[in-house]
Amino acid sequence: MKVINFMGQRKLAMCFSLLLLIVSIGSLATRQLNWGLDFTGGTLIEVHYSASADMNAIRNTLETTGFSGATVVSFGSDQDVMIRLPQGFSDKQGLELLGILQSEFSATDPGGTVELRRSEFVGPQVGDELREQGGLAMLLALGLVTLYVAFRFQLKFALGSVAALAHDVIITLGFFSVVGMEFDLTVLAALMAVIGYSLNDTIVVFDRIRENFRKIRRAEPSEVLNISITETLDRTLVTSGTTLLVVLALALFGGEMIFGFAITLIVGITIGTYSSIYVASAAALVMGVTKEDLMLPVKEGAEQDDLTP
Amino acid sequence: MLNKYPLWKYLLVLFVLLLGLFYAAPNLYAPDPALQITGESSAQQIDQKTWDRALTALNDAGIEHFGEEIDPDGRNALVRLANADQQLVAQSSVSRALGDGYIVALNLAPTTPDWLSNYGAQPMKLGLDLSGGVHFKLEVDVDAAVERRMEYYLNSTKRVLREKRVRGFVTLNKDDKIEARFKTEEAREQARELIAEENPELILDRVDEVDSWNLLAAMSEQTRKEIADYSVTQNLTTLRNRVNELGVSEPLVQRQGQNRIVVELPGIQDTAEAKRILGKVANLEFRLVANLDAAPSEKQRFQYRSPDRAGASEWLERDVIITGERVSTAQASFDQNGQPNVQISLDNEGGTLMSRATRHNIKRRMGVLFIERKYRTRYEVDEAGNEVVVKVPYDEKRLLTAPVIQSALGAQFQITGLDNPLESSELALMLRAGALAAPISFVEERTVGPSLGAENIRKGVQSVYYGLALVVLFMVLYYRVFGVAAVVALSFNLILLVAVMSMLGATLTLPGIAGIVLTVGMAVDANVLIFARIREEIVNGLSPQMAIHSGFARAFTTIFDANFTTLIVAVILYAVGTGPIKGFAVTLSVGIVTSMFTAILGTRALINLIYGGRRVKKLSIGGRQS
Repeated sequence: MKVINFMGQRKLAMCFSLLLLIVSIGSLATRQLNWGLDFTGGTLIEVHYSASADMNAIRNTLETTGFSGATVVSFGSDQDVMIRLPQGFSDKQGLELLGILQSEFSATDPGGTVELRRSEFVGPQVGDELREQGGLAMLLALGLVTLYVAFRFQLKFALGSVAALAHDVIITLGFFSVVGMEFDLTVLAALMAVIGYSLNDTIVVFDRIRENFRKIRRAEPSEVLNISITETLDRTLVTSGTTLLVVLALALFGGEMIFGFAITLIVGITIGTYSSIYVASAAALVMGVTKEDLMLPVKEGAEQDDLTP
Repeated sequence: MLNKYPLWKYLLVLFVLLLGLFYAAPNLYAPDPALQITGESSAQQIDQKTWDRALTALNDAGIEHFGEEIDPDGRNALVRLANADQQLVAQSSVSRALGDGYIVALNLAPTTPDWLSNYGAQPMKLGLDLSGGVHFKLEVDVDAAVERRMEYYLNSTKRVLREKRVRGFVTLNKDDKIEARFKTEEAREQARELIAEENPELILDRVDEVDSWNLLAAMSEQTRKEIADYSVTQNLTTLRNRVNELGVSEPLVQRQGQNRIVVELPGIQDTAEAKRILGKVANLEFRLVANLDAAPSEKQRFQYRSPDRAGASEWLERDVIITGERVSTAQASFDQNGQPNVQISLDNEGGTLMSRATRHNIKRRMGVLFIERKYRTRYEVDEAGNEVVVKVPYDEKRLLTAPVIQSALGAQFQITGLDNPLESSELALMLRAGALAAPISFVEERTVGPSLGAENIRKGVQSVYYGLALVVLFMVLYYRVFGVAAVVALSFNLILLVAVMSMLGATLTLPGIAGIVLTVGMAVDANVLIFARIREEIVNGLSPQMAIHSGFARAFTTIFDANFTTLIVAVILYAVGTGPIKGFAVTLSVGIVTSMFTAILGTRALINLIYGGRRVKKLSIGGRQS
């Protein structure tokens, strides 16, 4: 098997990663995220009209009945309408709104019905808490995972994998910010899944690096890393491929409510695959991982030496 | 190297597979749309006559039904419908035929055959996003309850100082602390003792000012927490009682965090009705039991609320001593002889009124009434000629208890003579439900219509199918015979996943289905790792049998590490997430564990069956093997 010189390209990869990170952070700082209802609070109503709905008429109706600031969009078909009210409307006004739409629609189309598909009301305090909790969960996940990798492998690897995870999360978030897609709870869940997935990938590579450091006697660390990544490349690509296939199926057939979730995973898995090849190992290399770091401890207490660079 | 499993390992895999099939099987039987009928109070039995009335109503409306059954105790009855579209029509015609007093609820009756359900096999529960229904999150205003308690402390401090003739100036300051100012240090010390005796849970601080010796009384964090707990559980109990009234087959009322309550009502569409019932107020009235010679105009007759005393009633005086607003707490407890009792405390004004009323009425009895707002259904025809349902509110007053007054009562007294601790805790519960609870507000509300729920199921299942098909195709093309083994193990994994979810009684949500899809993609990872290893070992010159053995052995630690870290993330997600997200975390975690079993043990068993125990020249695993 021909060993591919991944580490030789690490400068190029680093530039690429840096570029993505800068764009992501820049966009997150200026455009922020398009927070979904779960996080901002407010009211959302999804209705199904028995005949095609006139968006402008609905907008006018809402404007004149005191629901100013409502956003009206159609999705799926011209019969499905989603209305989002900003925060400040009470929990009772969603139903009121439905009644108005129904009476308005039956005036123009006798016998026509407006069916409630979904309605959500989220109070302001809940949204704030959720954002805080979501951020905390993400940090907790990163922290615990670092601990586990440090315990199973070595601190440099742990830092390498966390660098890769942070890289993946920031770029996926950046994608949502640039594209302006709505960031809701399911996206947060998918982001956590991306952390799990990307880590899974990274660990497989690290596992091989550890094995090869012990097996290959005389070789530069960068060469060992190259060999390990090449050896696991087939597996990395196949697993990413199968996962991408199913997530693609989810995006295409899963429907509106799960679309953001699927997109997050598609972006996250693509970035995660790249990062487990280029970022995680390169980060470990930059921190100066050596053969000695990964030798089996000879006796008790030798493990402590692992931690000193 | 022969790669043969001992017999017991094959049997183990087979056994787990059969067990999985058995517990996953109930999910194949689609539930029947059904109506569930319950008496509103436990006294309300469903007898044959009532039942016939309900069934006739269904027949008249031309609704096909079957599988009618009444519970042996007559509390519940169920009728299955042939057509789900007719469920709503059926509900309204039956509830109309039965009238008030019966709750007619939409239900999905499981069709699990007896040979499955006898061994505890049940289908998965569906989350609200799949079944349709309402999710409420309510917040209990703990601060209001704390404020009320502070006010009680203020009044009782003022009272005790007045009674003992300690002169001071008592107010509630802006930090929600009681501030008492005294002219002399002796007065302050005396007050300090009195307050500590009256309300030992208050934290007292001395503050000296020029010409003024002050005392600051604050509520301890502990007491604050107790009040918060108390008001949340009080609301929880009330909400549970009311949810039952809504006639939902599987409602969920659960505390969440410090001061939130989650209510989930599957199948409910009418959120306005649900909110009206959840938000309604109960009250209490304390009145003397009327003397035998009281004039008819001065007394009223009330029935007991408890089903054990169904039919029994008492005559009470028309004058109300106090109402529920005056009751601060009611707690089930025991007296010094170990007899169960209920301790009631009233606020200051309540105490005054109570002592005034009871002082001269010792040895008479006092009745406690529980008042609930109920609605009578009327059918009217509006101007347009359409029939509309009108709900007419009325107050139902029922007697909780009528104990004998043993002595003049004050702000604190006990109800004794209760038969057992169960009775005392129930009485305390009802008293609390009727007392003025801490106010609650709706902070979150989500409704999913039934059509969207059904569509979510359809789309979710569809994406599982397509995802699975793609993965199967890829694996078989890429890994040939080994790919087939992996695919069989993958199907096995899906069955196990569904079986474990059903056994745990976990709820399936749309993100949960997404988790299953994701599991399909990730579960083959273990197999991919193993197969890649085997290919490598063959390239390294190992014999096919050796390559299989070493491939499985060497991939194991990698698989374990990789899966364990994902499990950590899934567990965190479960701890933090709510509702649908929890569903995702559950499927992800269960999927990781079952996939480890099937991908390692299951695939190995298959490979051993195919290649084990014989000479093999070449493995059908794809890739270059020269």
